[in-house]
Amino acid sequence: MQGSLSNDAIKIILITGFLIWVMPLMISTYTLTILIVYGMLGLSLGLIWGFGGILCFGQAAFFGLGAYTYAIAAINVGESTAPMILAVLVPAGFAALLGAMMFYGRLNDVYLGVITLVVTLILFKFINSTAGPQYVIGNARLGGFNGIPGFQTLNIPGSPEAYIWGDSYFYVCAVLLAVVFFLVSALLRSSFGRIAVGIRENETRMSLMGYDVRARKTALFAVGAAIAGLAGALFANWAEILTPSLFSLGQSAEIIIWCIVGGLGTRMGPVLGAAGLAYLKFLLGQQSAVDNTLITGLILVLFVLFLPKGVVPAVAGLWKVSFGRRPLGRTHHQRRPRNRERVSG
Amino acid sequence: MDLSVVILVEMLYAVASLILISSGLAVVFGMMKVINLAHGEFMMMGGYATITAVNLGINIFLAMLVIAPLVVGLIGLAVERLVIRHLYGRLVDTMLATWGLSLFFIGLATMIFGNTTTGISTPIPGFAIGNYQINGYNFFIIVVAILLLVAMLVILKNTRAGLIARGTMQRSDMAAALGYSPDRIYMATFFCGSALSGLAGAVLAPLVGLVPTSGGAYIAKAFITVIAGGPSLIAGLFSSAGFFGIVNQVFTFAISPVIGEVALLIAAVVLLRLLPQGITGKFFKGKL
Repeated sequence: MQGSLSNDAIKIILITGFLIWVMPLMISTYTLTILIVYGMLGLSLGLIWGFGGILCFGQAAFFGLGAYTYAIAAINVGESTAPMILAVLVPAGFAALLGAMMFYGRLNDVYLGVITLVVTLILFKFINSTAGPQYVIGNARLGGFNGIPGFQTLNIPGSPEAYIWGDSYFYVCAVLLAVVFFLVSALLRSSFGRIAVGIRENETRMSLMGYDVRARKTALFAVGAAIAGLAGALFANWAEILTPSLFSLGQSAEIIIWCIVGGLGTRMGPVLGAAGLAYLKFLLGQQSAVDNTLITGLILVLFVLFLPKGVVPAVAGLWKVSFGRRPLGRTHHQRRPRNRERVSG
Repeated sequence: MDLSVVILVEMLYAVASLILISSGLAVVFGMMKVINLAHGEFMMMGGYATITAVNLGINIFLAMLVIAPLVVGLIGLAVERLVIRHLYGRLVDTMLATWGLSLFFIGLATMIFGNTTTGISTPIPGFAIGNYQINGYNFFIIVVAILLLVAMLVILKNTRAGLIARGTMQRSDMAAALGYSPDRIYMATFFCGSALSGLAGAVLAPLVGLVPTSGGAYIAKAFITVIAGGPSLIAGLFSSAGFFGIVNQVFTFAISPVIGEVALLIAAVVLLRLLPQGITGKFFKGKL
């Protein structure tokens, strides 16, 4: 990562400002809002998978948990500030427990995948079966497969009557994504972030150097879940009804596809992958000649086979080769060999 | 008394169906180390192959036991040649590519058969034990599962083809040095695994209403059964299917079917936490 953090901040502000100005001219803000939410969700997995090497098959669980936490809390509180905070904290706490169980047991790749997958399934099955009136938290019925409708949506903190919706909600989401993106950048620049990347590269070496790999992986996992939870809460405000399909395996698969297509090990890749593919899906949904799922699947297979690094690293590499300044002297910094295994696992 | 017979049959049935669901994945994952997340869709296609064949007037047992495995085996062959072949040894990449394949097949099935439930009736009538009605087809599934396990054991242990396959999976370079082509043996093994998935899907098809997304119901169970089973193919399959099947049925009878499913999943998480190498990583070491 080149440049300094303040440099990053300026870039993020400029790019966000530009996009907020230009994008609504092309796509309606209603659609853009959901693309931003998905971008944030992509970023959450991109952080723990791309930089921490933790392949979580159940990122949708944290997304759904955030959304449900928000809805349940909003119904009980009747105001949106505390529910938003809870929607970040509850998934993070849940992920910390789950992560501690997995990482302190030294479970790796496949087993990690299975456990996160299974936990997502458990949540899905449980929420799906809560249609009866006995499943109540405070005033909020869980609703089972009928979902939760009619909860308080986002309002200006302190005044529950002043709803934030439509265009202004789009601006809120865009700014939040930029803030989260900045925080992720700052995290990756901190020693915590650099050690996380070190753990991704070689876990044994990092633990021999005296770092507690288990605690650090758990913490990173929880941070990823917190971001996913925030995305979930934003989704809840956008959709205004929640159904258990948030926890479905298809949702988890999509998040992984976004990261693969966008590019692992980059911050921008998963965000762009998520927004791009979600928009593609939106466009495909307007025709009925070819099934949507078929195309999603085909994209994933083709990317794994032919472009396993994803779009952003490929384009960045091309850019560097064609236009980049050749650094004088030591070049190993940029030309460090990146074998396929690491990029994908 | 009657109730205990019913519960016993239900438990055997639960174990047998877990064995059926997981056997194809056990061959593909346990032997080839390929995690086939499209396994559920292979089963779904086996089901559709059966239903299509029956609707064309073919005997249902012929359709289930011969046609469906062949059709799905051939699909598996195409998948291996086009996709999996390039990804051997890259565990995570195969997982992702086969996940893509699973979505692809769901889309394909939706386009061909439509997003509606299709089904066929069970060919074996039910009968009564005391006050309880038992589905006769459950016995058929138990028998098929037993035959399947015995056949796998005999083929892997007592035939030359099984020996060559096992040898290649352990040291493909040695097998190549002895004049066998690992490429073709991998291909053949994947064909067998896919055919087993097709068979399982076909045999279970009369019990469920089939939709293009049916595969999703199987994949998680197959996945955890095989992984919890551990390195030994048949001993692992049998022990983990037995464990999960019994846990599932105990909680189903004690509380409710949903809790039964959840208990199975929680048991899987706890088991993997305690025995990360699977059941046969700790017990029955070195068995087949």
